[in-house]
Amino acid sequence: MTPDDRKYAESHEWIKVDGDVVVVGISDHAQESLGDITFVELPEVGAEVTKGSDCCVIESVKAASDIYAPLSGTIAEVNSELDATPELINQSPYDEGWMFKIKGFDAAELETLLDAAGYSSFLENN
Amino acid sequence: MEAQMAIKTVLFDIHSSLNARMMPFGGYTMPLQYTSIIAEHRATRESVGIFDTCHMGEFRITGKSALSDLERILSCPVTSMKHGQCRYGFICNKNGGVIDDQILYRIGDDHFYMVVNAGTRKEDFQWIQEQISKETSLEDLSDETAKIDVQGPKAPKLLAKLLDDPIDDLKFYTFKQNSFKGVSLISSRTGYTGEIGLEIYCNNTIAAEFWHACTELGALPAGLGARDTLRLEMGFPLYGHELDSNRNPAETGYTRSISPDKEFIGSSVVLDPTRLTESLVGITMEGRRAARHGDILRSSSGEKIGIITSGSFSPCLEKAIAMGYVATKYAELGTPLLVDNGKQQLHGEIAEMPFYQESTCRKAIAKFL
Repeated sequence: MTPDDRKYAESHEWIKVDGDVVVVGISDHAQESLGDITFVELPEVGAEVTKGSDCCVIESVKAASDIYAPLSGTIAEVNSELDATPELINQSPYDEGWMFKIKGFDAAELETLLDAAGYSSFLENN
Repeated sequence: MEAQMAIKTVLFDIHSSLNARMMPFGGYTMPLQYTSIIAEHRATRESVGIFDTCHMGEFRITGKSALSDLERILSCPVTSMKHGQCRYGFICNKNGGVIDDQILYRIGDDHFYMVVNAGTRKEDFQWIQEQISKETSLEDLSDETAKIDVQGPKAPKLLAKLLDDPIDDLKFYTFKQNSFKGVSLISSRTGYTGEIGLEIYCNNTIAAEFWHACTELGALPAGLGARDTLRLEMGFPLYGHELDSNRNPAETGYTRSISPDKEFIGSSVVLDPTRLTESLVGITMEGRRAARHGDILRSSSGEKIGIITSGSFSPCLEKAIAMGYVATKYAELGTPLLVDNGKQQLHGEIAEMPFYQESTCRKAIAKFL
């Protein structure tokens, strides 16, 4: 269920290296917890983000939740499909529901993130 | 702590078996959703949803002075109610604030049934007890009573199959004694969704069997999440949001629930036009981003003009909608305003309620049987 081709943050974002960028989305557990997603406020392309800072908002029917940058860097691209169809995150959290890409990240920061097995056991223990 | 101490309704095991996501509400643990708030919302609008509303409180009020006591306690007219009729009204405190909103059922000349909110039930009971005459009897039937709402365009046909007596004579805001497998219950043509259907009040002992019978005939379990978005699309107030102990209910605009020509507790404020300073309004937002309870409403020039009391994405309108109170001079339809959530200013405008215009609740039941 948890793809092992990427890393995970304890705040439930996934991070997949794709050449010189990382792709960021939220985990299946996170989308399930949020429920029906109705709106996504994406960061601006070119914005500088710092690991752990809020950079994006996901709204579900019941509440708004901040999404944190899992790595420091610059926003390279955002998934503008989510403007009209935010439910892509519910339907395909690991693929079509990706949220943004970060460039200029520090590869060493990647090592601080969890792998799939580590994230799965984090979920079991929390 | 609240979750641990929360009361389980008689249908709790059914919710567990359906893997419902539970939430604390009014002292109870209630299903927020079973699968998806939006899917449950749409099923209720288009087909039929079934809701556990056992948390709500039910009182029986009887005696020769019950009628005059209730006239004094409630904002709505009571004497004009016929047997078998229901009426929405407010229980106000002496300052004209709302202790609760309720639906009163007239069973006989001196026999009434009152349905109140879960979170306010104890306070309501105590307040009513203090106000009634010695010869009036007030009983809290909540712990033995299950309440199940079956709502949506396919609800009448489904319910007609299950209930022993016909329901084709039930007009909006009327009720009748009925039964399921010979066990008596109240079938009430009321609801909180805007769709046609019934609210069923039965003994706890048959609640689970009735629920299963409904779902076997196609009713989709729907949680409090969908109940909230459904009522918001209809512009129905929710206690704790649009109503509270400091709110003058005249500001809701529910004039039919406030008798202009009787004295009731709080009427010196509620009926005084000079005490009306704000108006409850509907607000449609420019996009999908929702306003939330507590957000500040500002005029286009930035001046604070009111507050949001409820807000959500509307599954039927596919945009965000909200309710709030504004200073009455800003309440005109089409007035642009800003919703300040502390981080951003979202754009919206005053809109007509109900937001959802296709509701079936007031239509003739015969068309749905």
